[in-house]
Amino acid sequence: MRIARRSWRYTVAMGLFAAAFPVTAVKIELPPESTSLKPAAGSDLAIRQCTTCHSADYVAIQPPGKPLAFWRAEVEKMKKVYGAPIRDDDVEPIAQYLARAYGDAK
Amino acid sequence: MSRLSGSIGHSARRRHVLRALGAGAMLGSPALRAVAETVTLPIGNGERPLVRYPQKRPLIVVTERPPQLETPFDVFNEGVVTPNDAFFVRYHLAGIPTSIDADAYRITVKGKVSTPLSLSVADLQKMDAVEYYAVNQCSGNSRGFFEPRVAGGQLANGAMGNAKWRGVTLETVLAKAGLQDGAKQVKFDGLDTPVIPATPDFVKALDIDHALDGEVMLAYAMNDADLPMLNGYPVRLIVPGWYGTYWVKHLTEITVLDGVLNDFWMATAYRIPDNTCACVPPGSAPATTVPISRFDVRSFVTSVRDGGSVPAGRPFTLRGLAFDGGFGIRDVTVSVDGGATWMSAVLGRELGKYSFREWRLDTTLPAGPHTIKVRAVNSIGQSQPGEPLWNPAGYMRNVVETTRVRAA
Repeated sequence: MRIARRSWRYTVAMGLFAAAFPVTAVKIELPPESTSLKPAAGSDLAIRQCTTCHSADYVAIQPPGKPLAFWRAEVEKMKKVYGAPIRDDDVEPIAQYLARAYGDAK
Repeated sequence: MSRLSGSIGHSARRRHVLRALGAGAMLGSPALRAVAETVTLPIGNGERPLVRYPQKRPLIVVTERPPQLETPFDVFNEGVVTPNDAFFVRYHLAGIPTSIDADAYRITVKGKVSTPLSLSVADLQKMDAVEYYAVNQCSGNSRGFFEPRVAGGQLANGAMGNAKWRGVTLETVLAKAGLQDGAKQVKFDGLDTPVIPATPDFVKALDIDHALDGEVMLAYAMNDADLPMLNGYPVRLIVPGWYGTYWVKHLTEITVLDGVLNDFWMATAYRIPDNTCACVPPGSAPATTVPISRFDVRSFVTSVRDGGSVPAGRPFTLRGLAFDGGFGIRDVTVSVDGGATWMSAVLGRELGKYSFREWRLDTTLPAGPHTIKVRAVNSIGQSQPGEPLWNPAGYMRNVVETTRVRAA
């Protein structure tokens, strides 16, 4: 079996305990996360609630100029569908932060 | 969630450990991302980093955690087989495996079967092997081009790829286990897990007839090599002709059901309007939906980019690819005058009905701007719409693509 070594982030460790029992382990190391939510009023709450489960670029790549209703729907989807532990009272502040920082709200 | 005997590292867990140890823990390990450059996709807010992930060449980063990586479109002009190191990556849940001991890895087969099984990769490799080319495509490939724009992974056209898959058919595995009467569906779970318990685990199902079609495959090789970790090492499900949502990665559990799986990922997500176009008027909501299934027909120019240039006044070859959900491409027609007249392209070698199919057209264009369009037809007469269709989730885009070039 060929051992590939492509970069420092990829190692293939392979040993042969016995001819009949090849042991193959693959381990990768993901690049460190580089994105974060824009600092603004409400960003602490959003960082806590959103980035527990996913990186900030999930927010940052969304279409530009979307209104508060778009962002509110996203926060509600995360809460209701994906089970994010967002308190009812926190839905609107997070949506407003997202709409200001990433949408069309001023 | 799948449980597995053996050594499995999960990125979400590791991340917490690193966080607890502080930044110093990163010393001696790669602390800087190798950001080669950025690219700007032709959509609003389309700037993306190009980053080299493990076992990958620099790819377009859609999201970092979980990783979603898009293939730069130029790759598709390298050939009809997409190299493993350029193949797109799409996870849903951030608990992804980063360390797998393939020797300890097991796939369990259970539920309405006569003999529950626990299969190693070596067990699979001893069974009758099958091999075929098949395109994998994300349901939301090209979502970034939807107008009005919709929420979700904002992809250009690079969440697709064509590979030669080798493995054992699901039919063979299920025959070994023996089906009990009343089997209706087969569900599939892999090693990826949610970060918090309240998030639905990513589990998908196929109807029993589909599962037994002799084509759906447990693949342990991709283009004659191990699958890259981020593409489902060591075994993933291949559902040829169907969208990638069914191609469960790091497959560990196959469960035969006597009912229909109604989890979030089948009953709520990955649904399309229940009509022949899978579309609704832009901005509206469908009355009824069904699970997404088979690819529609698509075709692309790969030899020149939108906004690119071609030689003026002398012959040159336009090249591209086409594919569909498995009926096979019958014809590709190309227009170099914005759709007024169409010419049949020459099709390349057929690598199977689920593969990308190359097309070529020799043409000569006078100096100036030109609008190229390409349209494929499959063997049952399905083709591509001249104007884009719309649905709220941004799935199944297959409009006739337009490539504007300048001959000079």
